[in-house]
Amino acid sequence: MENILFKHLDIADLEKLDVYVANGGYAALGKALKELAPAEVTGLVTRSGLRGRGGAGFSTGKKWSFIPKDVDTPKYLTCNADESEPGTFKDRELMVRNPHQLLEGIALCCYAIGAAKSFIYIRGEYAHQARVMEKAIEEAKEAGYLGRNIMGSDFSLKVVVHRGAGAYICGEETALLDSLEGKKGWPRFRPPFPAIAGLYAKPTVINNVETLCNVPHIISRGPEWFASIGTEKSTGTKVFSVSGHVNKPGNYELPMGVTARELLFEHAGGIWGGRRLKAFIPGGASVPMLTESDLDVRLDFESVMAAGSMLGSGGVIVMNEDACIVWATLNLSKFYNHESCGKCAPCREGTYFIVQILKALEDGHGLPGDVEKLRDVATNIDGRSFCALGDAAAQPVKSSIDRFHEEYEYHIAHRGCMVGRS
Amino acid sequence: MGVTQAQQPGKARLLSEATRENISRIALNYDSAQSVVMPALYAAQEQLGYLPDQAIVEVAEILQLPPSEVGAVASFYTMYFRRPVGQHIISVCETLSCALRGAEGIMEHVRRKLNIKAGETTADGKFSLNSVECLGACDMAPVAMIDGEYYGNLTEEKVDEILMGLGL
Ligand SMILES: Cc1cc2nc3c(=O)[nH]c(=O)nc-3n(C[C@H](O)[C@H](O)[C@H](O)COP(=O)(O)O)c2cc1C
Ligand code: SF4
Ligand code: FES
Repeated sequence: MENILFKHLDIADLEKLDVYVANGGYAALGKALKELAPAEVTGLVTRSGLRGRGGAGFSTGKKWSFIPKDVDTPKYLTCNADESEPGTFKDRELMVRNPHQLLEGIALCCYAIGAAKSFIYIRGEYAHQARVMEKAIEEAKEAGYLGRNIMGSDFSLKVVVHRGAGAYICGEETALLDSLEGKKGWPRFRPPFPAIAGLYAKPTVINNVETLCNVPHIISRGPEWFASIGTEKSTGTKVFSVSGHVNKPGNYELPMGVTARELLFEHAGGIWGGRRLKAFIPGGASVPMLTESDLDVRLDFESVMAAGSMLGSGGVIVMNEDACIVWATLNLSKFYNHESCGKCAPCREGTYFIVQILKALEDGHGLPGDVEKLRDVATNIDGRSFCALGDAAAQPVKSSIDRFHEEYEYHIAHRGCMVGRS
Repeated sequence: MGVTQAQQPGKARLLSEATRENISRIALNYDSAQSVVMPALYAAQEQLGYLPDQAIVEVAEILQLPPSEVGAVASFYTMYFRRPVGQHIISVCETLSCALRGAEGIMEHVRRKLNIKAGETTADGKFSLNSVECLGACDMAPVAMIDGEYYGNLTEEKVDEILMGLGL
């Protein structure tokens, strides 16, 4: 399979503007500005079938088309580079190794929706990545690919890097907007949706880094080419971040619909320590766990959902048979409890109780009935919280109980761990 | 967005001219003064090492916002320090992918070497230790962020080397 988003694996120094341009960079932008009307760019993206890579998988072209046209108001693109979903580290590589690919995608989106300004909201810990992006913006501006009258057209664009400061919830798009407005990152009530009233209450598109990186290729090579990769409803490639108990953790760009087995065994080097696979979380920490029997599931939006989980961010966390499921669930539950923004009670209180019960189980103080209690609390968060973080917090708990019930019962009956951890 | 910085006579100011100029320059990137709060807090923290109340008040003054709003932002995000921190900040990731690759052992090792718990600073003010969540670098688990730089594939020996480089 040809590297598309990950062309930096084949071409040295692709992060440099001249190398990027020498390899066809900014040609898509030039083509769009010269030959395509903004609505035609959106049309091509819609026809390509591109769906958001930030987690929800919403049609990118459709999202852009919701931005009101012919109204004289500022519009914005916010690129979501918050990448805080545990197990996800693809945007980091995309930004550092090929920053202009992202900038070209941003410019194309802004041209399509009529935005003159775009923010890249990048997690605070990615200080190095923020510097790389800032430098790339300067270079692109000097060369006329950003700034005023881009490539001799009447399209102008300013791109600004905005650093987050350590809050997972700011990856949620409306919390991100509040954060960008200089407030606490608290999710907003919807409607209105950001396409109508987003940043500064103006029409705003929010797209993930990887989503936008696909756009130059779609414009250059056409929607049919793009749609020929992957599956019918999940087109293109996906960058999978694989971590945990595999021999070769890393990012792998593969067509949508590749099986988990191929990803883990042919690309990520197989299970660590010569052990057996126990569980894997296919879409970042926020989706239900799958097990060895799901290895032939195809990793695309529909197939993973049919298997009872979600493709999410494409961050695949792998656990071998030495991992204790109760311990792993406690680890993730602590994450959600810590990152709950505290705005609504089901999530704020529920994640706290989950951690307390799991701690007791892990420490050997579990009581009969605890597993039911856990499931109850998780069920009361799921679908009853203000934003999707609450739903996310419930997934590791519910899915681990469903699939590894005996490990929980073992913890209670034997006051310790089946795999000999504690 | 332009911001005005009227000099109030007779008042000792914590934020330097350079920091203030930096904030004014950053403000040009935004379409509202409030949006400048986060980068302004970073600028202040870069100069002072942390964000004392006075810094919050001065940032609020520069941006002409109520200090309470600026303070609320500073307290919400974990990367703003409201209290003094050590000269070197060691943040060990303990989320699942790192934990599966031995993060607990790394954390325990650092704790023993520095003789402090996560969330504490050594008595000489040299090191602060934090437990943090997924740093987006699970491919090099276990990972720590030390003074803003990432260090991956950590072993106890590697940790010793890094700490020695920082003067431990
Ligand atoms: C708690 C939470 C955290 C999220 N974190 C991220 C993130 O770090 N990066 C991201 O692109 N999307 C994240 N999302 C999804 C965004 O809300 C949004 O759907 C996405 O940025 C849209 O871009 P896309 O259509 O290109 O996928 C998160 C969602 C939730 C509920
Ligand atoms: S679900 Fe959690 S993160 Fe979302 S608004 Fe409620 S408390 Fe905040
Ligand atoms: S879990 Fe430690 S960097 Fe992701």
